[in-house]
Amino acid sequence: MVVLVCAAAVLFAVPNLFSQRSLSSSYPGWLPSQQVSLGLDLQGGSHLLLEVQVEKVLVERIEALVDDARSALRGERIGYTGLKRRGQKVVLQLTKLENIEAAQELLSDLDREVEVVGTEAGAFELSLNERAIAERKNSALGQSIEIIRRRIDETGVSEPTIQRQGEDRILVQLPGLQDPERLKRLLGKTAKMSFHLVDQTVSELDLARGRLPPGTMRLPADDEVDSEGNPRFYPIRKRVMVSGDALVDSQPTFQDNQAVVSFRFDASGAKKFGRVTQENVGRPFAIVLDGKVISAPVIREAILGGSGIISGNFNTQSAKELALLLRAGALPAPMNILEERTVGPDLGADSVEAGKIASAIGLIAVLVFMLLYYGLFGIVADIALILNLIIIFGVLSILQATLTLPGIAGIVLTIGMAVDANVLIYERIREEMKSGRSPFSAMEAGYKRAFTTIFDSNLTTLIAAVILYLFGSGPVQGFAVTLGIGILTSMFTAMLVSRYILVWWLKRFRPKTLPL
Amino acid sequence: MWRLRLIPDTTDIPFLRWRKILFVFSGTLAVLSVVLLFAKGLNFGIDFEGGILIEVGTERPADIGGMRAVLGDLGLGEVSLQEFGSDTEVLIRIERQSSDAEDQLAITAVREVLDAKFAGEITYRRTERVGAKVGAELIEAGIIAMILAIALMLVYIWFRFELPFAIGAIIALVHDVLLTLGMFALFGLEFNLAIVAAILLIVGYSMNDTVVVYDRVRENLRKYKKMPLIELLNVSVNDTLSRTVMTSLTTLLALAALLIFGGEVIRDFTIAMIWGVVVGTYSSVFVASAILMYVRPGTGTNVAKSGFGDAERTKALDDPAEDEALQRFAALPDSGDNGEDDSAAPDDAPESEATGSRASRRASTSRAKRNKRRRKKRR
Repeated sequence: MVVLVCAAAVLFAVPNLFSQRSLSSSYPGWLPSQQVSLGLDLQGGSHLLLEVQVEKVLVERIEALVDDARSALRGERIGYTGLKRRGQKVVLQLTKLENIEAAQELLSDLDREVEVVGTEAGAFELSLNERAIAERKNSALGQSIEIIRRRIDETGVSEPTIQRQGEDRILVQLPGLQDPERLKRLLGKTAKMSFHLVDQTVSELDLARGRLPPGTMRLPADDEVDSEGNPRFYPIRKRVMVSGDALVDSQPTFQDNQAVVSFRFDASGAKKFGRVTQENVGRPFAIVLDGKVISAPVIREAILGGSGIISGNFNTQSAKELALLLRAGALPAPMNILEERTVGPDLGADSVEAGKIASAIGLIAVLVFMLLYYGLFGIVADIALILNLIIIFGVLSILQATLTLPGIAGIVLTIGMAVDANVLIYERIREEMKSGRSPFSAMEAGYKRAFTTIFDSNLTTLIAAVILYLFGSGPVQGFAVTLGIGILTSMFTAMLVSRYILVWWLKRFRPKTLPL
Repeated sequence: MWRLRLIPDTTDIPFLRWRKILFVFSGTLAVLSVVLLFAKGLNFGIDFEGGILIEVGTERPADIGGMRAVLGDLGLGEVSLQEFGSDTEVLIRIERQSSDAEDQLAITAVREVLDAKFAGEITYRRTERVGAKVGAELIEAGIIAMILAIALMLVYIWFRFELPFAIGAIIALVHDVLLTLGMFALFGLEFNLAIVAAILLIVGYSMNDTVVVYDRVRENLRKYKKMPLIELLNVSVNDTLSRTVMTSLTTLLALAALLIFGGEVIRDFTIAMIWGVVVGTYSSVFVASAILMYVRPGTGTNVAKSGFGDAERTKALDDPAEDEALQRFAALPDSGDNGEDDSAAPDDAPESEATGSRASRRASTSRAKRNKRRRKKRR
């Protein structure tokens, strides 16, 4: 049993000695070949914690509800005032109290997801019910993860980890990433694109003062500035003529030696786009991305083919990025980057190197020390210790655990602490011998009595490791894993392996006294 | 063969006699630590404070002055630069900006100006940024983890030993944690997530040490029912002394290797651990046992009952018949042949077992006699 476990551990630990390449080519296929995977802090890479601003999705939904309520009430000719969004609610006040019941019924029928509450005489509050809110948040998060995955896949990063965390967070881990800045630019953009008409009735002065007719908004240009360096503003009709959702493809290309982005609509998008351009020849048509006007070219002729070109102040790089974002689709809500940890490949390699040296020297120091202190028994403890390390690596490989820099520290620490169990046993054996027992009897009593002590004392350290794992993040968890495994394996090797060897030795040489 | 001997085989150091002086010593250190914590505070790293940390590597010895000048012009608030491990590595810390987006812009700006000034000579080894929200959550998680760890251990000790032991252990733990925090405050070492992990580990380690001593106290309480507590505690600490020293030394050896060769990134973590091991060992030997003088563990039923089968096992010491079982247990790892004779065929087993039990009967009789003598002497 003991031999079997050790052999299995060796089998699983051995692949870690080889490089990835030689492993796949020359290592026998029937042997286990999983390796311990290195954490981002060792192989280099980026860890990003993103927060999806899900409440923005809700706000959008509530604003749509304002429009729905307006048209419903108008349709039934029910008079109202003060219809607007207030926080996460729609509020309104009826002008005539006799309409209360009709209005209540009408508003309740508006949407299954909406709850209507009459607050006071003739006043109503509309809000989304809790299930609808949860659903919206949930789907916004799911959609965001999907879009992030598409964007990252487009960049060609290998083996990204994209995980949902809690209610509104996404953890992105990208091993071996060369340019985190570019990735953050890609993830930081919502990439919501839409096409709008420009309101040509607004004078420059009104635009500057913000006096705009209803249905028109003032949007800044993406990179056009006036003579004083302030961004230029456009009066943009709020109505979305064609939305970016209808895009099926987008590529960076060149036009007159200028980087531009080409796009193509799906069938219905192409039809809409064709109609709008046909009806508005000679007028400017604004392309809006994330609330900024990229450009507002004048429509020269109807574009019926469903494809077109976005020109703006692009360079090759930014055209490429915009095309990628448009291809991958828009995020349902903007995102914040809450936390970022990026380790360059150099530092990672340095850490691995330092970790190896530290482990080796720590190991040798402890081995020599045990040998000097316990002699023959020290050798047995040393064998147990080395086996312990092999088993740790074997278990890490089987679990496909991630080895981090603190994880290496955990292993080094385990080297120091693993001999504890053996020390406890040996000291106990010494005592038992002093009290006059025969070598065999002393040894067995030593092992047996030391067991409770080892069990109790290791369990407290194990508690610490478990809590570290539960509350820690990333690298710290790696530390908890190696430490926890180390404690368990050291109990195993000390209680069984070293004992097995010692029993064999006792029987083989039958010493009169133990050289302890 | 020459053997290293650090602790004499039998020690009789009157640790408990020094307990008053040591209490004053430990108490003073703990109070000083608290005062330092409030007066000076901890040097929180970006994990808790939020902020930006960038480690850059340079081809030639870094021009820190030049970097400071260009970064100072960015108007990012407090920016500190320091050499990190070697003169070609620089650690840049930038205080938290007003929002997540501003933080991002700051990182971009820093990279832009550094790239412009030191084109091609600079590599970004590490970039870490923690927003205010995450920082606050990490503090919370750290505090919860610490309290939970201590509480769980208290419950465990209570369950496996009894309440007085748990109280003693917890006081020793709090002592260790306070002293570690005090050390960090005193030297202004950066307090970050890794340090919280280190402190949790110190808690585990110190508890481990304490449990070994307490385990012996528990055993001796049953063995020497009439021995005065102070003497009993002293015997227990002395009995376990060589183990305590050995384990601390091997752990310190491994940690020293980590400190010297493990690289800059985990240096503070290692320092915390080394300090923790030293303090933890000290507290298990001097503090945890001494506290038992005041909370007085019962010598009676509770101790005897606790644990799995410890009571019976203790009885086995004086009962030769039980030693036979011990011998059978001894043969367990070796399937097939049994006991003292490895050339014997399996069917010889009963005989060799009998030999074993005779031997152990002899041993245990002499033990019992010796124990009696010892008890008499102590009285």
